Formats: sequence, C-alpha cells, structure tokens
Amino acid sequence: MAESAAVEYRIDRRSGVATYLQIVQQTKQALRLGLLGPGDRLPTAREVVEATAINPNTVLKAYRELEREGLVEARRGLGTFVTRALGGAAAADDAPLRAELAEWTRRARAAGLEKDDVSALFTAVLDRTFEGDRAG
Amino acid sequence: MTGAAIEATGLGMKYRNRGWALRDCSFRLPAGRVCALVGPNGAGKSTLLALAAGFLRPSEGAVRVLGTTPGQARSRMAFVAQDKPLYPQLTVAATLWAGAELNPATWDQDTAERIAGELPRDARVRDLSGGQRTRLALALALGKRPELLLLDEPMADLDPLARHQLMGSLMAEAAEHATTIVMSSHILTELEGACDYLLLVDGGRVRLGGEAEDILAAHALLTGPVRDTAPHTVVESRTAGRLQTALVRRQGPVDTAVWEAAEPSLEELLLAHLRSPEAPALLTPSATAAEGGKEVAAV
Repeated sequence: MAESAAVEYRIDRRSGVATYLQIVQQTKQALRLGLLGPGDRLPTAREVVEATAINPNTVLKAYRELEREGLVEARRGLGTFVTRALGGAAAADDAPLRAELAEWTRRARAAGLEKDDVSALFTAVLDRTFEGDRAG
Repeated sequence: MTGAAIEATGLGMKYRNRGWALRDCSFRLPAGRVCALVGPNGAGKSTLLALAAGFLRPSEGAVRVLGTTPGQARSRMAFVAQDKPLYPQLTVAATLWAGAELNPATWDQDTAERIAGELPRDARVRDLSGGQRTRLALALALGKRPELLLLDEPMADLDPLARHQLMGSLMAEAAEHATTIVMSSHILTELEGACDYLLLVDGGRVRLGGEAEDILAAHALLTGPVRDTAPHTVVESRTAGRLQTALVRRQGPVDTAVWEAAEPSLEELLLAHLRSPEAPALLTPSATAAEGGKEVAAV
C-alpha cells in the first residue's frame, strides 16, 4: 500500500475555471509552496474522484497536462509522481526580485495609478515577456 | 472506436393509455462513459432506461446493450429504478446476502458493505427511510460489479452530504473498473462535473447526444447588434433594445468583429434547447448509431 498522497484538491464549481485547470493550478501552487516536491506521489484518480465526486477523466486530463509540462511522471501501476520542483529560484533568491517589484509598485502608485491599472500593466508586460512560451 | 454500451435504432415505446413515450430514437453510448440522461419530467427518460434494462419491450425499433440484447446482458448490468424496489420484509443484512447469492460470479462484498455504510444491518427494509433505501439499492447495484449501471433519478431522496458521498463512490467505481454509468435527472447541476457524456431527451426524442465538451464547443453564446446570425443555426435568440443575445450552433468560425462570443454553460445550453423545441437535434459522431437515425447531424 502506497503512503497517502501529499495534496488534496478542492473543487469550486462556481469559480468559472475549468475543473481540470483547478487541479493543475492547485498542484502547481503546492509545488511553488514546497508542499509537494520531487518523488511525492499525487493522489490516484480514484482517490480524487471519491473525495470530490468529479469525473475520473477530468483528473486524468489534469495529470496529462502536468506531465506534458514535465512536472510529473506516471509510473505504471504505481501512480503519478512529481519529477521536479517549481519556482526556479528558492525563496531566499527571490528576495531581491521581490524588493525591486515592491519598489516599482510603490512608484507606480506614487505616479497616480490605481491598483487595477498597475495590475493591467504588470499583466501586459508579463504576457509580452513570456509570449510564445506556451506554443507547441 | 470503443464498443457501445447502449445502441438504439429507431427505438419507440407506446403505452396503451398515454400514447408514444419515446419515438424514433437512434443513438449510441460508447462504453466507459459517465452519461447524464437529462430532460424535463415525462420526457421519456425512465422509459429509455427501462427499455435498456430489458424491463420493457420496445413497440418499434431495437436497443442493444453491451453488444447483445438487454435480456442476455442482464447479468452484466445493474438497474436501479426510480422507486428502488427491494423486499420490504428483508433486513439490510439479508438483502445484501441475497445480492451475494444471486450474483455469485461477480459479487464484491467489500464494495457493497462500503456503500451500505452506516445502515443498521438488522433493520427491515420497510422501516428504512427513502434515503436509506436508496443507499441499499445502490449497494446492491454496485456490489454486483456491473459493466453497465443504469440509475433512474438516483439522488432524488438523498440529503446533500449523502449525495456527494454516493456520487464520489460512483466515480471511484468508474475510475477503477471503467464502468459505464447512465444517470437520469431533471436537475442538471446534480450531474454536472460528474458526467462526461450527455443525452438530452425531450418529448420522447433524443435532442442532444455526445461528449459534454464537444456539445458545448459546438455552440456559442453571441452578444451583439440585432442582425441575422447566419450562417450559424439559432437555437434561441432574445432581443433587448439594440442588443441581441443568441445561443447558436456554430457553422464555422464566429465573426468576432460583430459578435462577442462565449461558450455557454451546460445549463444555459440545455435550457435554451428545452425552450426551443424546434431546434434541430445534434448527435456527435461517437453518439451516432451505426445504422438508421434520421435526426443525425455531424458536428
């Protein structure tokens, strides 16, 4: 008997986000926060659907997406396992970047931008920077 | 293409006093799907399930189940009718024992016990509440370890917690054994999320059939100026002042210079069809019966 999985998914049917994407996002979030790490087993489709009452194919679709992104690996008869951590740099290394962003955000506010304006600007730059990464 | 769990060709059922409950139904349900059988009260859902279970003989056409006749497939399927027929004088334990005796080849005591859960084993069926009886009927059906599970309004008398729990058990069964499950309901939200296949029955006809995702993707919710939505087929259209909202079946890409397009929710889609009886039927390729089928349209 395999030891119990390290994450539990919470499905919000009213969020408007596709159910399989909620699983993908929650897995990534757990990876970023270090709640999941390489070698950890994701819950089986059976475990997820028994707890959430969603369709098994939805779970499999989410796991295929995570596998396609190289984050997990399905091992026949054993389960699906995390293959790498997410976040690139460790939290400590993030500190200077975070400080720079905080400083930039402060200046944006001082320049008279509302929170939504800042968010839109940041998202636009983010999309431009990572443009094309998702293709293929 | 995977085998069909259910295949109906020109299926019709006429009751002596009520006339046609189901007419000219041709569709296919691939094996391994969890299918929502939806439609208003009196649409023909129960008749369709009883025909597939072999409890009724069709007035015209035919239905094949797991590649054979319903009669010959009986040991490989389980049917829980709406009124949850059980022997009132038996105890819970005796009912489960009978299930084991009647299905010696496939009976799974662990599953049956798990679904039966907290039910007092020495209580008689006639003393159980409606919800408890449902639980026992589902324990029998799942204990049989069927390839095809037909459930007529299974969740109707369950409280929300029991509903969630039993739906979870059904999904676990589907995940582990690739059981084909058909569940009828007139409350769609009860089934959304759990089902990946859809059959909309209305007025004795199958109006939508196929993968829920594909059926959704075949439609669009358009918002824009009041004008002709051609070439798209209108299912339902409403005008408020200068603004038109139309649920259409897409024919090619939507002109986004004119329309704001969104994918409808399953509920919007079903309600639009129920309000528009004249909208043409849609069966995706996997839901199209091999022969016959007058109402077939390609996506």
